[in-house]
Amino acid sequence: MALTNLLPDFLVAPLDYLANMARKNSLWPMPFATACCGIELMATASSRYDIARFGSEAMRFSPRQCDVMIVAGRVAMKMVPVMQRIWLQMPEPKWCISMGACASSGGVFDTYAVVQGIDRFIPVDVYVPGCPPRPEQLIRAVLDLQEKIQRTGTIDAREFASRTAYEGPTALARELGAEEAIISPGDYNTATRLRKPLN
Amino acid sequence: MPYLDTLNAKFAGAFTTSAFRDNTRVLVSAEKASTVLFPLLKCLKEECGFDFLTELGGIDYLNYPNATDRFCVVYGLTNLATGERVWVKAFVNDPDPELPSAVELWKGADWMEREVYDMYGIRFAGHPDPRRILMPSEYTGHPLRKDYPLRGYGERHNFPTVTRADS
Amino acid sequence: MPLQTATPALDDVAGADAEFLYTLNFGPQHPATHTTLRLILTLDGETIVKAVPDIGYLHSGFEKLGEDLDFNQYVTIVDRMNYISPFANECAWFTTVEKLLGIEITPRCKYLRTILAELARISDHLLCVGAAALDLGALTGFLYAFNAREKIYNVMESASGQRYHPSFARVGGLMADISDDVVVLIRDFVKTFPKVHADIVRLLNRNRIFIDRTKGIGVLSKEDAISGSASGPVARASGVVRDLRKDEPYLAYGELASSFKIVCGKGGDCYNRYLVRMGEMLESWKIIHAAVENLPTGPVNVDLNDKLTIPDKNATYRSIEGLIQHFELFMWNRRWETPVEEVYGANETANGELGFYLVADGSGTAFRARTRPPSFIHFALFPLMMEGHQISDVPAVLGSLNIIAAELDR
Repeated sequence: MALTNLLPDFLVAPLDYLANMARKNSLWPMPFATACCGIELMATASSRYDIARFGSEAMRFSPRQCDVMIVAGRVAMKMVPVMQRIWLQMPEPKWCISMGACASSGGVFDTYAVVQGIDRFIPVDVYVPGCPPRPEQLIRAVLDLQEKIQRTGTIDAREFASRTAYEGPTALARELGAEEAIISPGDYNTATRLRKPLN
Repeated sequence: MPYLDTLNAKFAGAFTTSAFRDNTRVLVSAEKASTVLFPLLKCLKEECGFDFLTELGGIDYLNYPNATDRFCVVYGLTNLATGERVWVKAFVNDPDPELPSAVELWKGADWMEREVYDMYGIRFAGHPDPRRILMPSEYTGHPLRKDYPLRGYGERHNFPTVTRADS
Repeated sequence: MPLQTATPALDDVAGADAEFLYTLNFGPQHPATHTTLRLILTLDGETIVKAVPDIGYLHSGFEKLGEDLDFNQYVTIVDRMNYISPFANECAWFTTVEKLLGIEITPRCKYLRTILAELARISDHLLCVGAAALDLGALTGFLYAFNAREKIYNVMESASGQRYHPSFARVGGLMADISDDVVVLIRDFVKTFPKVHADIVRLLNRNRIFIDRTKGIGVLSKEDAISGSASGPVARASGVVRDLRKDEPYLAYGELASSFKIVCGKGGDCYNRYLVRMGEMLESWKIIHAAVENLPTGPVNVDLNDKLTIPDKNATYRSIEGLIQHFELFMWNRRWETPVEEVYGANETANGELGFYLVADGSGTAFRARTRPPSFIHFALFPLMMEGHQISDVPAVLGSLNIIAAELDR
């Protein structure tokens, strides 16, 4: 809304506050469940842990009707364009929770087919570690996201327009070559011992 | 074993056998594979009663101790009536490895052969739908070959980034 | 009445390019496709003329990792294949590794692995039935099933420390012996499970809507099941009487053979598969009941002198032999001495015959660890089952096949 540019700050702040309170207490998730974390997501939605208590009542599978995309599980190379398309289809304001080690950093799967962290391709707000994370951890992530929305949210989602920089991981100080594999912690100079390349 | 007698009668000299633990194997060498493999599998299915294809997988024997051929495709057959199992190993070599397809005998071979093609590059002559199955269709390279590195050649990160401002 | 596969509704379809046919993408992100499966459906109105599956959206390079990690490390990856019954996958992997190394595990370990594998099977069937019910509209069945699975998670958590992906088994035994608390939890599960089962039966078995949506849908004939390499409940519901627990007994199934039966069906449709799974849950319950009452005492790992199993921390830190043994198994250039041979070992998991074809090259890492994935093989049968049905039958058939995307794509 361009209106917020015209209104004075003392009017915009309460509007923001009310909007944040409404949005954070009704975060409808888009469950982008790919693998095992999807089952823990389903368990969080079931009767024992019940994420509906925190406002995530409706797990709508249509991106157009959701607020937060929970990427639960490893994202394979073939799935990245699908994930990006779904992210782009979600209307603003939207957030992303990267659930599990595989979505946050590739997890145990440092292979040719799994992206090492979805934050290389879409912007992530909250990361949940664990393999799989316990339902309590996911609920904690939702609560953290609620706190983030309360602190930094705006009524017209203008806080997103300025974030044009890439927010993912930076390049490693020393990238591993394609044929190198870390075998074990080694000497004090390199801290890794590498297996010799195949040829 | 009765099926070995049937096979010896029909395909004498075209295969060798070996055994380890409870697996008995019929090995078909690379020179004979393109001609002998399909009739051998057909004979095992129709005359020896091995009507169930349990497994169809590929192996890359690069740098394996005492290996003579590069690739091998393993067919695991089960006789549902008696519970007997037999393992047929067909060897094949670079360049351009090719084997006859077993889809006519067992429908389950369809996807399993597609996966062997996808992962190793072994083609199956006569397969109705020879496409990649697990990797994207524009992918070049056969991941499970031993000379393909575990982390790939950077294909996994070759995508555009969506930042917070784009939406 | 003889079994027939569904015939196409149109007899003279002029190829898939006929103008009235519509291609619908049942995409990789869809609630009814359990995680990442893609179907490209060619529709005539609501009737499916052709269904082409497109998979690979979760391919993670499991088999390549198998060539990189040793036998004990790979158990963490094997857990993540059929992720709703992880311990069963571990049992299958170690059946193969122990066959390769020629190890005979202790009786207590056999019984413990059997109990936990059967708990995993019940967990898998509960989720399959619950998710199938959810897709067909019975949300209560889903909640009942998930609540029951929480009890199984309690057992796994007390035994291994994690709700699922326990990575509990090791070469030659288990990570640790279980305490009496775990036995108490298992007995508690045994006492309370029949009621949950009865609840789900009461909810779904004679439910008119459920029966209408699953009876006669997705028929798989016995010939197609055998030719298509189906195994497990999918094959047994079509009349193929084969279960590895009875035909090639492993772990404690030989000794407990009198306490369970194999459940088979005749129709091969979704309703049959549902009934087979419900029946199998009760049979698994009987196995757990018998096993936990007859649990042998004794060590859970094989003898340490065979240098196959990891010594416990007491021995590692307080005796030089334990320390050496620990190093022998963890240093990357030591580990086990395997024969330069190949072997196949299979278990009957909840989805079917999960087997591993293991090629060893003398070192402690597999040279090739091929998985024989039941979900992959069953999903190939999906087009056979779908022709002529309507689009709303897709969730019913998918739910009844129990396709786990991680096992499908590996």
